[in-house]
Amino acid sequence: MQFGPHLVLALIEGAVLSAVLALMASGLSLVFGVMRVVNVAHGEFFMLGAVTAWFVAAGTGGGPAIAFAAALVVAPLAVGTLAALADGLVLKRIAYDPERTIVATIGLLYILQQATLMTFGPAARPVEPPFNRRIALPWIGQTDEGWGLIWPWGLSVTTYKLFVIAAAVVVLVLLRRGLGRTRAGLLMRATQIDRETALAFGIPVGRVYALTFGLGAGLAALAGVLVVPLQQAHYLMGGDALLLSFITVIIGGLGSLGGTLAAAVLIGMSEGIISVFFSPTLAKIAATLLVAFVLVFRPQGLSGGPPR
Amino acid sequence: MLEVEAIEAGYGPVRVLRGLGFSVGIGEILCLTGRNGAGKTTALRAVMGLLPLTAGQVRLGGTVVSGLPAHRVPRLGLGYVPQGRRLFGPMTVAENLEIGLQARGGRPPRGRQGALAHALARFPRLRERLGQRADTLSGGEQQMLAIARALCLEPRVLLLDEPTEGLQPSMIAAIRDVVKGLKDEGVAVVLVEQRIEAILSVADRVAFVEGGRVRETVAAAALGADPALLAARLGV
Repeated sequence: MQFGPHLVLALIEGAVLSAVLALMASGLSLVFGVMRVVNVAHGEFFMLGAVTAWFVAAGTGGGPAIAFAAALVVAPLAVGTLAALADGLVLKRIAYDPERTIVATIGLLYILQQATLMTFGPAARPVEPPFNRRIALPWIGQTDEGWGLIWPWGLSVTTYKLFVIAAAVVVLVLLRRGLGRTRAGLLMRATQIDRETALAFGIPVGRVYALTFGLGAGLAALAGVLVVPLQQAHYLMGGDALLLSFITVIIGGLGSLGGTLAAAVLIGMSEGIISVFFSPTLAKIAATLLVAFVLVFRPQGLSGGPPR
Repeated sequence: MLEVEAIEAGYGPVRVLRGLGFSVGIGEILCLTGRNGAGKTTALRAVMGLLPLTAGQVRLGGTVVSGLPAHRVPRLGLGYVPQGRRLFGPMTVAENLEIGLQARGGRPPRGRQGALAHALARFPRLRERLGQRADTLSGGEQQMLAIARALCLEPRVLLLDEPTEGLQPSMIAAIRDVVKGLKDEGVAVVLVEQRIEAILSVADRVAFVEGGRVRETVAAAALGADPALLAARLGV
Protein backbone atom coordinates (compact mmCIF):
# COMPACT_ATOMS: atom_id res chain seq x y z
CA MET A 1 0.00 0.00 0.00
CA GLN A 2 1.20 3.53 -0.79
CA PHE A 3 2.14 6.00 1.93
CA GLY A 4 -1.04 8.10 1.59
CA PRO A 5 -3.62 5.32 2.11
CA HIS A 6 -1.40 3.86 4.82
CA LEU A 7 -1.46 7.23 6.61
CA VAL A 8 -5.27 7.36 6.36
CA LEU A 9 -5.46 3.94 8.04
CA ALA A 10 -3.11 5.16 10.77
CA LEU A 11 -5.22 8.28 11.31
CA ILE A 12 -8.40 6.19 11.63
CA GLU A 13 -6.72 3.97 14.24
CA GLY A 14 -5.48 7.12 15.97
CA ALA A 15 -8.96 8.66 15.97
CA VAL A 16 -10.46 5.54 17.58
CA LEU A 17 -7.75 5.51 20.23
CA SER A 18 -8.18 9.27 20.78
CA ALA A 19 -11.92 8.82 21.29
CA VAL A 20 -11.50 6.05 23.87
CA LEU A 21 -8.64 7.86 25.57
CA ALA A 22 -10.61 11.12 25.73
CA LEU A 23 -13.47 9.39 27.57
CA MET A 24 -11.13 7.59 29.92
CA ALA A 25 -8.87 10.57 30.65
CA SER A 26 -11.83 12.97 31.08
CA GLY A 27 -13.01 10.82 33.98
CA LEU A 28 -9.55 10.84 35.56
CA SER A 29 -9.20 14.60 35.02
CA LEU A 30 -12.65 15.29 36.47
CA VAL A 31 -11.89 13.31 39.62
CA PHE A 32 -8.55 15.02 40.10
CA GLY A 33 -9.95 18.47 39.27
CA VAL A 34 -12.90 18.36 41.66
CA MET A 35 -11.63 16.06 44.41
CA ARG A 36 -7.83 16.44 44.15
CA VAL A 37 -7.68 12.64 44.21
CA VAL A 38 -5.16 10.82 42.01
CA ASN A 39 -7.24 7.75 41.25
CA VAL A 40 -4.82 4.90 40.60
CA ALA A 41 -7.80 2.51 40.31
CA HIS A 42 -9.20 4.38 37.29
CA GLY A 43 -7.89 1.75 34.85
CA GLU A 44 -9.77 -0.95 36.78
CA PHE A 45 -13.05 0.90 36.23
CA PHE A 46 -12.24 0.76 32.49
CA MET A 47 -11.57 -2.98 32.84
CA LEU A 48 -14.77 -3.47 34.86
CA GLY A 49 -16.72 -1.72 32.09
CA ALA A 50 -15.38 -4.18 29.53
CA VAL A 51 -15.91 -7.22 31.80
CA THR A 52 -19.43 -6.10 32.75
CA ALA A 53 -20.17 -5.66 29.05
CA TRP A 54 -19.15 -9.28 28.50
CA PHE A 55 -21.38 -10.50 31.36
CA VAL A 56 -24.33 -8.41 30.14
CA ALA A 57 -23.84 -9.50 26.52
CA ALA A 58 -23.54 -13.14 27.57
CA GLY A 59 -26.68 -12.93 29.67
CA THR A 60 -28.83 -10.98 27.22
CA GLY A 61 -30.65 -12.65 24.36
CA GLY A 62 -31.95 -10.97 21.22
CA GLY A 63 -28.79 -10.59 19.16
CA PRO A 64 -25.56 -8.61 19.44
CA ALA A 65 -27.17 -5.18 18.92
CA ILE A 66 -29.57 -5.53 21.85
CA ALA A 67 -26.89 -7.14 24.04
CA PHE A 68 -24.44 -4.35 23.27
CA ALA A 69 -27.04 -1.62 23.83
CA ALA A 70 -27.85 -3.18 27.21
CA ALA A 71 -24.13 -3.28 28.08
CA LEU A 72 -23.74 0.35 27.05
CA VAL A 73 -26.35 1.38 29.64
CA VAL A 74 -25.78 -1.16 32.42
CA ALA A 75 -21.97 -1.19 32.64
CA PRO A 76 -21.36 2.56 33.21
CA LEU A 77 -24.25 2.74 35.68
CA ALA A 78 -23.10 -0.34 37.62
CA VAL A 79 -19.44 0.72 37.69
CA GLY A 80 -20.36 4.32 38.54
CA THR A 81 -22.48 3.11 41.47
CA LEU A 82 -19.67 0.86 42.67
CA ALA A 83 -17.25 3.79 42.53
CA ALA A 84 -19.64 6.06 44.45
CA LEU A 85 -19.85 3.35 47.13
CA ALA A 86 -16.05 3.07 47.21
CA ASP A 87 -15.91 6.84 47.68
CA GLY A 88 -18.14 6.64 50.75
CA LEU A 89 -16.49 3.50 52.19
CA VAL A 90 -12.85 4.37 51.57
CA LEU A 91 -12.00 7.89 50.37
CA LYS A 92 -14.41 9.77 52.64
CA ARG A 93 -13.07 7.92 55.67
CA ILE A 94 -9.55 9.12 55.01
CA ALA A 95 -10.83 12.68 54.48
CA TYR A 96 -9.63 12.76 50.84
CA ASP A 97 -6.08 13.26 52.06
CA PRO A 98 -3.98 13.42 48.84
CA GLU A 99 -1.27 10.99 49.92
CA ARG A 100 -3.55 8.47 51.62
CA THR A 101 -5.98 8.41 48.68
CA ILE A 102 -3.14 7.30 46.39
CA VAL A 103 -2.42 4.34 48.67
CA ALA A 104 -6.15 3.63 49.08
CA THR A 105 -6.81 3.61 45.33
CA ILE A 106 -3.82 1.30 44.81
CA GLY A 107 -5.53 -1.06 47.27
CA LEU A 108 -8.80 -0.64 45.39
CA LEU A 109 -6.98 -1.46 42.15
CA TYR A 110 -5.81 -4.82 43.49
CA ILE A 111 -9.17 -5.65 45.08
CA LEU A 112 -11.04 -5.01 41.81
CA GLN A 113 -8.42 -6.79 39.71
CA GLN A 114 -8.28 -9.91 41.88
CA ALA A 115 -12.06 -10.02 42.35
CA THR A 116 -12.39 -9.97 38.55
CA LEU A 117 -9.79 -12.74 38.20
CA MET A 118 -11.75 -14.87 40.69
CA THR A 119 -15.11 -14.35 38.96
CA PHE A 120 -14.33 -13.67 35.29
CA GLY A 121 -11.18 -15.81 35.06
CA PRO A 122 -7.83 -15.21 33.36
CA ALA A 123 -9.05 -15.63 29.77
CA ALA A 124 -9.60 -12.79 27.33
CA ARG A 125 -13.20 -12.82 26.12
CA PRO A 126 -14.71 -11.03 23.14
CA VAL A 127 -17.98 -9.19 22.84
CA GLU A 128 -19.55 -9.19 19.41
CA PRO A 129 -19.92 -5.68 17.94
CA PRO A 130 -23.52 -4.62 17.27
CA PHE A 131 -22.63 -3.91 13.64
CA ASN A 132 -19.36 -4.19 11.80
CA ARG A 133 -19.79 -3.49 8.11
CA ARG A 134 -16.59 -2.65 6.29
CA ILE A 135 -16.67 0.56 4.25
CA ALA A 136 -14.04 0.86 1.52
CA LEU A 137 -12.41 4.29 1.32
CA PRO A 138 -11.27 5.96 -1.89
CA TRP A 139 -7.89 7.51 -2.66
CA ILE A 140 -6.70 9.74 -5.45
CA GLY A 141 -4.27 8.01 -7.80
CA GLN A 142 -3.31 7.22 -11.38
CA THR A 143 -5.96 5.32 -13.35
CA ASP A 144 -5.95 4.27 -17.01
CA GLU A 145 -7.60 7.59 -17.80
CA GLY A 146 -5.27 9.84 -15.75
CA TRP A 147 -5.80 11.04 -12.14
CA GLY A 148 -8.99 9.86 -10.46
CA LEU A 149 -10.50 7.97 -7.53
CA ILE A 150 -9.06 4.57 -6.85
CA TRP A 151 -10.02 1.99 -4.19
CA PRO A 152 -6.76 0.65 -2.74
CA TRP A 153 -6.99 -2.84 -1.28
CA GLY A 154 -7.18 -2.74 2.52
CA LEU A 155 -8.10 0.98 2.79
CA SER A 156 -11.33 0.72 4.73
CA VAL A 157 -13.00 1.46 8.03
CA THR A 158 -15.64 -0.50 9.91
CA THR A 159 -18.95 1.05 10.88
CA TYR A 160 -18.25 0.06 14.48
CA LYS A 161 -15.06 2.14 14.62
CA LEU A 162 -16.96 5.13 13.26
CA PHE A 163 -19.59 4.52 15.95
CA VAL A 164 -16.92 4.53 18.68
CA ILE A 165 -15.64 7.91 17.49
CA ALA A 166 -19.15 9.37 17.18
CA ALA A 167 -20.27 8.00 20.57
CA ALA A 168 -17.24 9.49 22.33
CA VAL A 169 -17.81 12.88 20.68
CA VAL A 170 -21.49 12.88 21.70
CA VAL A 171 -20.72 11.87 25.31
CA LEU A 172 -17.94 14.45 25.66
CA VAL A 173 -20.12 17.24 24.24
CA LEU A 174 -22.86 16.24 26.69
CA LEU A 175 -20.31 16.18 29.54
CA ARG A 176 -19.08 19.69 28.71
CA ARG A 177 -22.60 21.02 28.42
CA GLY A 178 -23.60 19.27 31.61
CA LEU A 179 -20.72 20.82 33.52
CA GLY A 180 -21.38 24.25 32.03
CA ARG A 181 -25.15 24.47 32.06
CA THR A 182 -26.67 22.24 34.71
CA ARG A 183 -27.07 22.78 38.44
CA ALA A 184 -25.01 19.65 39.19
CA GLY A 185 -22.26 20.99 36.93
CA LEU A 186 -22.35 24.37 38.67
CA LEU A 187 -21.98 22.72 42.08
CA MET A 188 -19.14 20.53 40.81
CA ARG A 189 -17.27 23.52 39.41
CA ALA A 190 -17.79 25.52 42.59
CA THR A 191 -16.45 22.61 44.65
CA GLN A 192 -13.47 22.33 42.31
CA ILE A 193 -12.63 26.04 42.68
CA ASP A 194 -13.02 26.39 46.45
CA ARG A 195 -14.23 23.50 48.60
CA GLU A 196 -14.60 25.51 51.80
CA THR A 197 -16.56 28.36 50.26
CA ALA A 198 -18.75 25.78 48.51
CA LEU A 199 -19.56 24.33 51.94
CA ALA A 200 -20.27 27.80 53.31
CA PHE A 201 -22.87 28.19 50.56
CA GLY A 202 -24.71 25.01 51.33
CA ILE A 203 -23.17 22.78 48.68
CA PRO A 204 -23.15 19.18 49.95
CA VAL A 205 -19.52 18.60 49.05
CA GLY A 206 -19.63 14.95 50.17
CA ARG A 207 -22.42 14.21 47.70
CA VAL A 208 -20.65 16.18 44.97
CA TYR A 209 -17.55 14.05 45.55
CA ALA A 210 -19.54 10.79 45.35
CA LEU A 211 -21.19 12.00 42.14
CA THR A 212 -17.85 13.04 40.65
CA PHE A 213 -16.12 9.77 41.53
CA GLY A 214 -19.07 7.82 40.13
CA LEU A 215 -19.18 9.93 36.97
CA GLY A 216 -15.43 9.56 36.42
CA ALA A 217 -15.65 5.79 36.84
CA GLY A 218 -18.74 5.67 34.60
CA LEU A 219 -16.82 7.44 31.82
CA ALA A 220 -13.97 4.92 32.14
CA ALA A 221 -16.48 2.05 32.10
CA LEU A 222 -18.14 3.48 28.99
CA ALA A 223 -14.73 3.57 27.30
CA GLY A 224 -14.28 -0.07 28.34
CA VAL A 225 -17.63 -1.07 26.81
CA LEU A 226 -16.81 0.72 23.56
CA VAL A 227 -13.39 -0.90 23.32
CA VAL A 228 -14.33 -4.48 24.16
CA PRO A 229 -15.55 -5.46 20.65
CA LEU A 230 -12.16 -4.26 19.34
CA GLN A 231 -9.73 -5.76 21.86
CA GLN A 232 -11.56 -8.24 24.17
CA ALA A 233 -12.13 -8.09 27.91
CA HIS A 234 -9.29 -9.19 30.21
CA TYR A 235 -8.70 -8.69 33.91
CA LEU A 236 -5.32 -6.99 33.31
CA MET A 237 -6.45 -4.61 30.58
CA GLY A 238 -6.65 -1.62 32.94
CA GLY A 239 -2.88 -1.14 33.30
CA ASP A 240 -2.08 0.22 29.84
CA ALA A 241 -5.26 2.29 29.82
CA LEU A 242 -4.33 3.86 33.16
CA LEU A 243 -0.81 4.70 31.96
CA LEU A 244 -2.09 6.38 28.79
CA SER A 245 -4.76 8.24 30.76
CA PHE A 246 -2.19 9.59 33.20
CA ILE A 247 0.03 10.66 30.31
CA THR A 248 -2.94 12.40 28.70
CA VAL A 249 -4.03 14.17 31.87
CA ILE A 250 -0.49 15.34 32.66
CA ILE A 251 0.07 16.64 29.14
CA GLY A 252 -3.36 18.28 29.07
CA GLY A 253 -2.96 19.95 32.44
CA LEU A 254 -4.19 18.41 35.70
CA GLY A 255 -7.88 19.02 36.17
CA SER A 256 -8.38 20.81 32.84
CA LEU A 257 -11.03 19.08 30.76
CA GLY A 258 -10.31 21.06 27.58
CA GLY A 259 -6.58 20.37 27.85
CA THR A 260 -7.27 16.70 28.49
CA LEU A 261 -9.33 16.42 25.31
CA ALA A 262 -6.61 18.15 23.25
CA ALA A 263 -3.96 15.86 24.76
CA ALA A 264 -6.11 12.78 24.06
CA VAL A 265 -6.20 13.68 20.37
CA LEU A 266 -2.44 14.35 20.38
CA ILE A 267 -1.55 11.09 22.14
CA GLY A 268 -4.15 9.00 20.31
CA MET A 269 -3.12 10.23 16.89
CA SER A 270 0.62 9.92 17.52
CA GLU A 271 0.11 6.45 19.01
CA GLY A 272 -2.00 5.42 15.99
CA ILE A 273 0.50 6.73 13.45
CA ILE A 274 3.64 5.43 15.18
CA SER A 275 2.00 2.02 15.83
CA VAL A 276 0.99 1.60 12.19
CA PHE A 277 4.27 2.81 10.66
CA PHE A 278 6.72 1.55 13.27
CA SER A 279 5.65 -0.41 16.35
CA PRO A 280 3.26 -0.06 19.32
CA THR A 281 6.24 -0.22 21.69
CA LEU A 282 7.84 2.78 20.00
CA ALA A 283 4.51 4.61 20.32
CA LYS A 284 4.54 4.03 24.09
CA ILE A 285 8.15 5.22 24.31
CA ALA A 286 7.26 8.38 22.37
CA ALA A 287 4.29 9.14 24.62
CA THR A 288 6.39 8.61 27.76
CA LEU A 289 9.14 10.86 26.39
CA LEU A 290 6.54 13.50 25.57
CA VAL A 291 5.24 13.48 29.13
CA ALA A 292 8.81 13.77 30.42
CA PHE A 293 9.37 16.86 28.25
CA VAL A 294 6.08 18.36 29.42
CA LEU A 295 7.00 17.78 33.06
CA VAL A 296 10.38 19.45 32.55
CA PHE A 297 9.41 22.40 30.34
CA ARG A 298 5.69 22.99 31.03
CA PRO A 299 4.71 21.19 34.23
CA GLN A 300 1.24 22.78 34.26
CA GLY A 301 0.44 20.98 30.97
CA LEU A 302 -0.95 22.35 27.72
CA SER A 303 -3.80 24.37 29.22
CA GLY A 304 -3.24 24.29 32.97
CA GLY A 305 -2.59 27.50 34.87
CA PRO A 306 0.85 28.47 36.13
CA PRO A 307 2.25 26.10 38.77
CA ARG A 308 1.29 26.99 42.31
CA MET B 1 -30.64 35.68 67.17
CA LEU B 2 -27.10 34.23 67.14
CA GLU B 3 -25.58 33.00 70.38
CA VAL B 4 -22.02 31.72 70.53
CA GLU B 5 -21.23 30.13 73.85
CA ALA B 6 -17.67 29.41 75.02
CA ILE B 7 -16.53 27.79 71.78
CA GLU B 8 -13.14 26.18 71.41
CA ALA B 9 -11.57 25.27 68.08
CA GLY B 10 -8.24 25.28 66.30
CA TYR B 11 -6.06 23.88 63.60
CA GLY B 12 -4.63 20.46 64.41
CA PRO B 13 -2.85 20.68 67.75
CA VAL B 14 -3.02 24.50 67.80
CA ARG B 15 -5.93 25.76 69.89
CA VAL B 16 -6.99 29.17 68.57
CA LEU B 17 -10.38 29.75 70.21
CA ARG B 18 -10.36 29.31 73.98
CA GLY B 19 -13.89 29.75 75.20
CA LEU B 20 -14.94 32.54 72.87
CA GLY B 21 -18.52 33.75 73.25
CA PHE B 22 -20.77 36.53 71.97
CA SER B 23 -24.34 37.14 70.94
CA VAL B 24 -26.04 39.38 68.41
CA GLY B 25 -29.72 40.24 68.21
CA ILE B 26 -32.17 41.07 65.43
CA GLY B 27 -31.16 44.27 63.63
CA GLU B 28 -27.97 44.62 65.63
CA ILE B 29 -24.42 45.07 64.37
CA LEU B 30 -21.73 43.50 66.52
CA CYS B 31 -18.16 44.22 65.60
CA LEU B 32 -15.46 41.69 66.49
CA THR B 33 -12.13 43.40 66.62
CA GLY B 34 -8.66 42.72 67.91
CA ARG B 35 -5.10 42.25 66.81
CA ASN B 36 -4.00 39.92 64.02
CA GLY B 37 -4.04 36.31 65.16
CA ALA B 38 -6.52 36.97 67.96
CA GLY B 39 -8.99 34.46 66.51
CA LYS B 40 -11.60 36.66 64.77
CA THR B 41 -11.59 34.90 61.39
CA THR B 42 -11.34 31.52 63.09
CA ALA B 43 -14.40 32.42 65.16
CA LEU B 44 -16.47 33.11 62.02
CA ARG B 45 -15.27 29.88 60.38
CA ALA B 46 -16.19 27.95 63.50
CA VAL B 47 -19.65 29.54 63.63
CA MET B 48 -20.20 28.52 59.98
CA GLY B 49 -19.28 24.93 60.84
CA LEU B 50 -16.16 25.02 58.67
CA LEU B 51 -14.02 24.22 61.68
CA PRO B 52 -15.09 21.55 64.17
CA LEU B 53 -15.69 22.74 67.73
CA THR B 54 -13.99 20.91 70.55
CA ALA B 55 -16.20 22.65 73.12
CA GLY B 56 -19.03 25.14 73.34
CA GLN B 57 -22.15 25.68 71.32
CA VAL B 58 -23.58 27.89 68.56
CA ARG B 59 -27.33 28.60 68.48
CA LEU B 60 -29.27 30.38 65.77
CA GLY B 61 -32.74 31.52 66.81
CA GLY B 62 -32.65 28.96 69.60
CA THR B 63 -31.66 26.06 67.29
CA VAL B 64 -28.31 24.46 67.94
CA VAL B 65 -26.28 24.64 64.73
CA SER B 66 -22.90 23.49 66.01
CA GLY B 67 -22.37 19.85 65.12
CA LEU B 68 -24.49 20.06 61.99
CA PRO B 69 -22.80 19.23 58.66
CA ALA B 70 -21.30 22.49 57.40
CA HIS B 71 -23.43 22.55 54.23
CA ARG B 72 -26.64 22.62 56.29
CA VAL B 73 -25.69 25.72 58.29
CA PRO B 74 -26.31 28.35 55.57
CA ARG B 75 -29.74 26.86 54.84
CA LEU B 76 -30.77 27.90 58.35
CA GLY B 77 -30.15 31.53 57.44
CA LEU B 78 -26.49 32.14 58.20
CA GLY B 79 -24.73 34.12 55.46
CA TYR B 80 -20.97 34.47 55.20
CA VAL B 81 -18.69 36.91 53.40
CA PRO B 82 -15.23 35.42 53.91
CA GLN B 83 -12.00 37.34 54.24
CA GLY B 84 -10.42 37.94 50.84
CA ARG B 85 -13.87 37.53 49.19
CA ARG B 86 -13.25 33.91 48.08
CA LEU B 87 -15.33 34.31 44.92
CA PHE B 88 -15.61 31.48 42.42
CA GLY B 89 -13.23 33.38 40.14
CA PRO B 90 -13.53 31.49 36.84
CA MET B 91 -17.34 31.61 37.07
CA THR B 92 -19.48 34.51 35.90
CA VAL B 93 -21.13 37.02 38.23
CA ALA B 94 -24.50 35.38 37.49
CA GLU B 95 -23.14 31.94 38.42
CA ASN B 96 -21.69 33.26 41.68
CA LEU B 97 -25.09 34.70 42.56
CA GLU B 98 -26.71 31.41 41.58
CA ILE B 99 -24.50 29.68 44.16
CA GLY B 100 -25.92 32.05 46.77
CA LEU B 101 -29.49 31.47 45.58
CA GLN B 102 -29.26 27.70 45.73
CA ALA B 103 -28.06 27.99 49.33
CA ARG B 104 -31.46 29.43 50.32
CA GLY B 105 -32.94 25.94 50.29
CA GLY B 106 -36.41 27.35 49.47
CA ARG B 107 -36.67 29.54 52.57
CA PRO B 108 -39.17 32.40 52.50
CA PRO B 109 -39.86 35.31 52.37
CA ARG B 110 -38.97 36.63 48.90
CA GLY B 111 -38.60 33.60 46.71
CA ARG B 112 -35.78 33.03 44.33
CA GLN B 113 -36.28 35.85 41.84
CA GLY B 114 -37.20 38.26 44.62
CA ALA B 115 -34.04 37.44 46.53
CA LEU B 116 -31.89 37.97 43.43
CA ALA B 117 -33.61 41.28 42.60
CA HIS B 118 -33.25 42.44 46.21
CA ALA B 119 -29.53 41.60 46.27
CA LEU B 120 -28.89 43.29 42.93
CA ALA B 121 -30.87 46.37 43.94
CA ARG B 122 -28.16 47.08 46.50
CA PHE B 123 -25.41 46.77 43.90
CA PRO B 124 -26.85 47.95 40.54
CA ARG B 125 -23.40 47.86 38.97
CA LEU B 126 -23.40 44.05 39.20
CA ARG B 127 -26.48 43.91 36.99
CA GLU B 128 -24.34 45.20 34.10
CA ARG B 129 -21.67 42.59 34.77
CA LEU B 130 -23.75 39.42 35.06
CA GLY B 131 -21.99 37.66 32.18
CA GLN B 132 -18.49 38.71 33.22
CA ARG B 133 -16.01 36.40 34.93
CA ALA B 134 -15.80 37.22 38.64
CA ASP B 135 -12.00 37.32 38.67
CA THR B 136 -12.00 40.09 36.05
CA LEU B 137 -13.98 42.50 38.26
CA SER B 138 -12.27 45.36 40.12
CA GLY B 139 -11.52 44.85 43.82
CA GLY B 140 -14.55 46.89 44.87
CA GLU B 141 -16.86 45.07 42.48
CA GLN B 142 -15.56 41.75 43.75
CA GLN B 143 -16.43 42.79 47.30
CA MET B 144 -19.90 43.84 46.12
CA LEU B 145 -20.34 40.44 44.51
CA ALA B 146 -19.14 38.63 47.64
CA ILE B 147 -21.77 40.49 49.70
CA ALA B 148 -24.51 40.13 47.06
CA ARG B 149 -23.81 36.38 46.86
CA ALA B 150 -24.34 36.09 50.61
CA LEU B 151 -27.46 38.28 50.47
CA CYS B 152 -28.98 35.99 47.81
CA LEU B 153 -29.58 33.42 50.54
CA GLU B 154 -31.57 36.03 52.50
CA PRO B 155 -29.65 35.58 55.73
CA ARG B 156 -31.07 36.16 59.18
CA VAL B 157 -27.50 36.63 60.38
CA LEU B 158 -24.68 37.85 58.16
CA LEU B 159 -21.03 37.28 59.04
CA LEU B 160 -18.70 39.75 57.32
CA ASP B 161 -14.95 39.23 57.56
CA GLU B 162 -13.03 42.46 56.90
CA PRO B 163 -15.23 43.57 53.99
CA THR B 164 -13.48 46.95 53.58
CA GLU B 165 -9.95 45.58 53.40
CA GLY B 166 -8.01 47.14 50.53
CA LEU B 167 -10.93 49.19 49.19
CA GLN B 168 -11.06 52.86 48.21
CA PRO B 169 -13.06 55.26 50.44
CA SER B 170 -16.10 55.52 48.12
CA MET B 171 -16.46 51.76 48.08
CA ILE B 172 -16.06 51.58 51.87
CA ALA B 173 -18.89 54.12 52.21
CA ALA B 174 -21.10 52.08 49.85
CA ILE B 175 -20.52 48.92 51.84
CA ARG B 176 -21.19 50.76 55.11
CA ASP B 177 -24.53 51.92 53.70
CA VAL B 178 -25.44 48.36 52.71
CA VAL B 179 -24.60 47.10 56.20
CA LYS B 180 -26.75 49.81 57.76
CA GLY B 181 -29.56 48.93 55.37
CA LEU B 182 -29.38 45.30 56.48
CA LYS B 183 -29.64 46.40 60.09
CA ASP B 184 -32.78 48.38 59.23
CA GLU B 185 -34.27 45.23 57.69
CA GLY B 186 -33.67 43.33 60.92
CA VAL B 187 -30.67 41.30 59.80
CA ALA B 188 -28.19 40.62 62.58
CA VAL B 189 -24.65 41.42 61.45
CA VAL B 190 -21.36 40.18 62.88
CA LEU B 191 -18.58 42.28 61.42
CA VAL B 192 -14.89 41.53 61.77
CA GLU B 193 -13.13 44.83 61.35
CA GLN B 194 -9.90 46.50 62.46
CA ARG B 195 -10.35 50.00 61.05
CA ILE B 196 -11.48 52.36 63.79
CA GLU B 197 -13.61 54.65 61.55
CA ALA B 198 -15.38 51.65 60.05
CA ILE B 199 -16.12 50.25 63.49
CA LEU B 200 -17.47 53.48 64.90
CA SER B 201 -19.58 54.27 61.83
CA VAL B 202 -21.72 51.14 61.90
CA ALA B 203 -21.35 49.05 65.06
CA ASP B 204 -23.85 48.93 67.92
CA ARG B 205 -21.49 46.96 70.14
CA VAL B 206 -17.82 46.13 69.87
CA ALA B 207 -16.32 42.87 71.17
CA PHE B 208 -12.57 42.85 71.72
CA VAL B 209 -11.04 39.47 70.89
CA GLU B 210 -7.75 38.55 72.48
CA GLY B 211 -6.07 35.17 72.81
CA GLY B 212 -9.05 33.30 71.42
CA ARG B 213 -11.69 34.75 73.73
CA VAL B 214 -13.77 37.92 73.98
CA ARG B 215 -12.07 40.01 76.62
CA GLU B 216 -14.66 42.78 76.76
CA THR B 217 -17.79 43.93 74.96
CA VAL B 218 -18.50 47.67 74.91
CA ALA B 219 -21.30 49.78 73.43
CA ALA B 220 -20.05 51.57 70.31
CA ALA B 221 -21.54 54.83 71.56
CA ALA B 222 -19.24 54.72 74.58
CA LEU B 223 -16.24 54.17 72.33
CA GLY B 224 -17.41 56.93 70.01
CA ALA B 225 -17.36 59.34 72.91
CA ASP B 226 -13.77 58.34 73.64
CA PRO B 227 -11.95 57.14 70.47
CA ALA B 228 -8.71 56.94 72.42
CA LEU B 229 -10.21 54.08 74.41
CA LEU B 230 -10.76 52.10 71.20
CA ALA B 231 -7.27 52.89 69.93
CA ALA B 232 -5.81 51.74 73.23
CA ARG B 233 -7.78 48.48 73.07
CA LEU B 234 -6.55 47.82 69.52
CA GLY B 235 -3.03 48.80 70.39
CA VAL B 236 -2.78 51.40 67.60
